[in-house]
Amino acid sequence: MSAPPGSRAIGRRVVLAGAGLTVAVLVLAPYLVMICTALKPESELRATPPRLTPIEWRPGIVLEVLGDPSFQGWLTASLVVALASTAIVVLAATPAAYYTARHRFPGRSAFLLLVLVTQMFSPTALVVGLYREFFELGLVDTYAALILTNAAFNLAFAVWILRAFFAAIPREIEEAAAVDGCGRIRVLVRIVLPLSLPAIVTAVIFAFIAAWNEYIVALTLMTDPARKPLPVGITAYVTAYVQHWNHLFAASVLAIVPVVVLFAAIERHLVGGLMAGSVK
Amino acid sequence: MYPAIALVRASTSRYSVTGLYQGSVGTANYARLFEQAALPTVVANTVVWVVVIVAVTVAVALALAQLLNEDFPGRRLVRWALIVPWAASLIMTSKLFVWIYDYYFGILNHVLLALRLLSAPVDWLGNDSTVMGAMIAVGVFVSLPFTTYVILAGLAAIPGEVYEAARVDGASAWRAYWSVTVPLLRPALLVAVVLNVIYVFNSFPIVWTLNDRNPGFAHDTMITYMYKIAFRSSLRDVGLAAAVGVVNVVVILLAVLLYLRTVSWREAEA
Repeated sequence: MSAPPGSRAIGRRVVLAGAGLTVAVLVLAPYLVMICTALKPESELRATPPRLTPIEWRPGIVLEVLGDPSFQGWLTASLVVALASTAIVVLAATPAAYYTARHRFPGRSAFLLLVLVTQMFSPTALVVGLYREFFELGLVDTYAALILTNAAFNLAFAVWILRAFFAAIPREIEEAAAVDGCGRIRVLVRIVLPLSLPAIVTAVIFAFIAAWNEYIVALTLMTDPARKPLPVGITAYVTAYVQHWNHLFAASVLAIVPVVVLFAAIERHLVGGLMAGSVK
Repeated sequence: MYPAIALVRASTSRYSVTGLYQGSVGTANYARLFEQAALPTVVANTVVWVVVIVAVTVAVALALAQLLNEDFPGRRLVRWALIVPWAASLIMTSKLFVWIYDYYFGILNHVLLALRLLSAPVDWLGNDSTVMGAMIAVGVFVSLPFTTYVILAGLAAIPGEVYEAARVDGASAWRAYWSVTVPLLRPALLVAVVLNVIYVFNSFPIVWTLNDRNPGFAHDTMITYMYKIAFRSSLRDVGLAAAVGVVNVVVILLAVLLYLRTVSWREAEA
């Protein structure tokens, strides 16, 4: 990087930028197909030869989907499940992470190991067991079952990322506050939580997105068409009998855009958390 | 933890098609599992699925991470683009690819025909010889972002002085890559490989969606095989599916143990 910006360096930057642009286009191309299909009228879906862009642009399809009572039901289900499970994750993970970051207790190492292991188990391999469990509890087809499952599986990541952050806050700050007469709880609320806000935001967004995108448990546990979350619900737009690809993709775009924006905000912290501090 | 216990218990029990418990059968479900005609195919599919996706993903991600580690105009744009397949719901991306691969109306056949790479349209998801490749391509596509970011984090951790030292010693860029970058990248690579093995093994939506039209278990992996036995096929055999589930969990546990060994658990505690 200390080389003078000669013509070789400029040429190199042009080549790199060209390669970067190619990668970006390749990665985004499928989603461009998604957006364009979402804006096509039904009749153009079956045009041969197929074309990428609509002949007649129909932004109204997005409004049709938003006004569809089924879509509203799926959206409600997704919001209820994602928000409730995220709330549980943060409320449970924050004290757990703080305690394990500040105190040594018998079984602490085993506890952290267990947390790490659950992170690697997606609900997928356990789905038959999960179904049996909720079947016996009579919770099949309830939001509660989805909320509990999502909260349980996303807890691990939240504990890990928060713990690393709490451990990095110097103990002296807390001790100083204690000398000034702050109680345990006040130290946590007044000092530690404000300092660790970025980590908490990361945990919140991660838990929300994971629950928002969760598919297999929702597919298995929810039978009432009106209460399925979005990823399961929208597949009803394209079945053996009806093929509203434009509605399917309009709904997908609506579901994906907010999540991508949220994800971009936490991307920086995410990799470190997923690797659980193994690569410094 | 309870689902795991329920799973093990279910694997030793018999259930009616409506899900009623009909008593314990010991290890009979496991014995039946190994008699299933589809099992060898499913195991072979799973191995191909995991090995090919992880190998291709890591190879492409190495190049991508190297690119993104350089400074060039538009780098942020590329990083943002890469986030999209990671953040998007897998089922929605899978549906998207069903549409792109479509025999009559899919854009892929159209583009390949226009570029004269194909002489006749291909039914990507209906043809036994192309469906696995088509699914693996989607698997690589959605695994790339995470893998690239992990390797990128590994690259960022390599201090610049090492490269300067290599240059002073007269190493070419290619030589420096193999003798300096690759060895120092080993921890990040191991993490990327083992986590990807776990994720790809566990992956459900892609095979479930893209293989939807094909009857039987000819292109299923262990995960979708288990799911079909439990919930979809005419078998509806919870006991047998639970036995598959236990086998799956054991496979993942082994991968996790391998992971913990490679990152050396004590390091994470410090």
